[in-house]
Amino acid sequence: MEPIKTVDGRAYPLGVKNVDTDMVIAAKWLKGITRAGLGKGAFEALRAEPGNVFDDPAYAGSPILIAGDNFGCGSSREHAAWALTDMGVKVVIAPSFSDIFASNAFKNGILTVALPQEAVDRLMDVAKTDPIHVDLEAQSVTTPFQDRFSFEIDPFRKSCLLGGLDEIGLTLARTDSIGAFETARAKDQPWLAPALA
Amino acid sequence: MTQPRTLYEKIWDAHVVEKRDDGTCLIYIDRHLVHEVTSPQAFEGLRMSGRRVRRPDLTLAVPDHNLPTTARVDAAGNRLPIADPESAQQLAALEKNAPEFGIKYIGATDKEQGIVHVIGPEQGFTLPGTTLVCGDSHTAAHGALGALAFGIGTSEVEHVLATQTLLLAPSKTMEIRVEGTLGAGVTPKDVILHVIGVIGTAGGTGHVIEYRGNVFEEMSIEGRLTVSNMSIEGGARAGLFAPDEKTFAYLKGRPMAPKGADWDAAVAYWKTLATDAGATFDRSVVIDAADIAPTVTWGTSPEDVVAITSTVPAPDSFSDPSKRAAAEKALDYMGLTAGQRMQDVTVQHVFIGSCTNSRIEDLRAAAAIAKGRKVAPGIKQALIVPGSGLVKLQAEAEGLDRIFIEAGFEWREPGCSMCLAMNPDKVPAGERCASTSNRNFMGRQGPGARTHLLSPAMAAAAAITGHLTDIRELVGEAA
Repeated sequence: MEPIKTVDGRAYPLGVKNVDTDMVIAAKWLKGITRAGLGKGAFEALRAEPGNVFDDPAYAGSPILIAGDNFGCGSSREHAAWALTDMGVKVVIAPSFSDIFASNAFKNGILTVALPQEAVDRLMDVAKTDPIHVDLEAQSVTTPFQDRFSFEIDPFRKSCLLGGLDEIGLTLARTDSIGAFETARAKDQPWLAPALA
Repeated sequence: MTQPRTLYEKIWDAHVVEKRDDGTCLIYIDRHLVHEVTSPQAFEGLRMSGRRVRRPDLTLAVPDHNLPTTARVDAAGNRLPIADPESAQQLAALEKNAPEFGIKYIGATDKEQGIVHVIGPEQGFTLPGTTLVCGDSHTAAHGALGALAFGIGTSEVEHVLATQTLLLAPSKTMEIRVEGTLGAGVTPKDVILHVIGVIGTAGGTGHVIEYRGNVFEEMSIEGRLTVSNMSIEGGARAGLFAPDEKTFAYLKGRPMAPKGADWDAAVAYWKTLATDAGATFDRSVVIDAADIAPTVTWGTSPEDVVAITSTVPAPDSFSDPSKRAAAEKALDYMGLTAGQRMQDVTVQHVFIGSCTNSRIEDLRAAAAIAKGRKVAPGIKQALIVPGSGLVKLQAEAEGLDRIFIEAGFEWREPGCSMCLAMNPDKVPAGERCASTSNRNFMGRQGPGARTHLLSPAMAAAAAITGHLTDIRELVGEAA
């Protein structure tokens, strides 16, 4: 997983409250075989509306998404996080997030930043014209206009995101222990190696 | 002196790589089976993060869920395409992923192909005392050989592929003892259906079940596979049988089993695994073998079981209001009325197969009933689906295919088939199937399909008579 330290760029000023995971990625996109490629199905219903932020060239490829309260509610589908990653979103800023989505986002290296509604409103305004700067180490969101909003994050999640460590990455950090275990077993119980032709 | 331990505790202890402060352990995984449905996103995850499979030599891939059970090659030996594009895509993904990550792949047209839980034991890939996982809940089956085996999700599949470990909390232990003498016509399938009826589908939640007592000790390995397979229907993620002489005899000479001096060392170790005298279980259930009849399900949960000689229960007979409501709903879905004799229930479909009951002993039991008889006129489809290509070849060598075909059954290619409606083998809405599979959930065999779970012999009997039948009556009469 890619580490997140700072994220700079334009932000989709979505602003909508209660964005559920069906809105992020509809059920018909769940039958595939990859996590990649789901970006083209992301926000499909919203994108059917003329003038939507996702099809506005000004925001194309934005690494940040700004939304309203309770982002990611509804279905537990991990595809929502996969879809956001596929469309290049690394940070979602909202007043609050559903627990399941926040966990799925974390597992997939997406930073969720919860800020008070007033801060989100201000960032929505800035996002319409200018880039936003997110600094995970400093736990801050800043703008070119001297705005500075601090956010809280679980220390464990912070260190994982900074190090680019997902759960697999964390276990891979225990490679020495796993290797030592394997070596000991191969010595004690050599018959455990299957005769795979 | 060390504390007496259960079989489960011995296997667990032997696989702890690291223990964390909160009691969860990083557990080493000895064997990983991979199929086409739950693996694509796991491989994709590895690819996206630039990771490799840590131990491709401990990983074995085979397609089973999506594969049609009709002919896979034409007369000229060319592979036939899969009509459903999504099934074809999942299959193609596994065909590509296995070699890309260096994993041994048994292909759709290989003679060793079969249901992942049939080929693991058959190849000797499954061994006593090992930890074995697969992205499928019926992985519990492998516990028949004394392996700690359980199903995992796609994110865990990826975790095992990358690290050969899982972070797990220890389970509670539960023993199920069945003691005494089984009656005539009572098979391992009847035993496990009865057990689930006793403990309920949540009875084993949070536990690993160890099957103990003389009935399980006397059971063949294939019978044990049927029992352990359905541990998950009793709520337990895994089931276990202590490895014994039957286990060793079953495994000896299997292609992937240890050989020579390795074999001897392995057997010596496996003999140390049985639960110690004095070890305790968190829960214990004792069942008298004489209480178990040839059993069928009447409802839409595997715990909805009755003796074949019994009647459809009345919802009022359940004191728990939620169970009463569930029974009403189930009877409505199943098109049954309270008090109706189970033996009067007519079926239109018969399915003999699935990871629960598709091994050679299952086919022999069904063939013994089918021999010299004819499938009833009211039966629209009676499928025999061997669990693997090797089971199919063995059955053909014994002439079982001829018995089935002459009786009017269809003799198919190996796969999951009509168990789960993911491939073309489905039961149409409102129609009824006597099925040797493991789940009778609403829609499991197709939208609106009605499922009665039973043993292979009872399924064959239903095909012959056209209705659910007490196997003891057919065995008693001359064919």
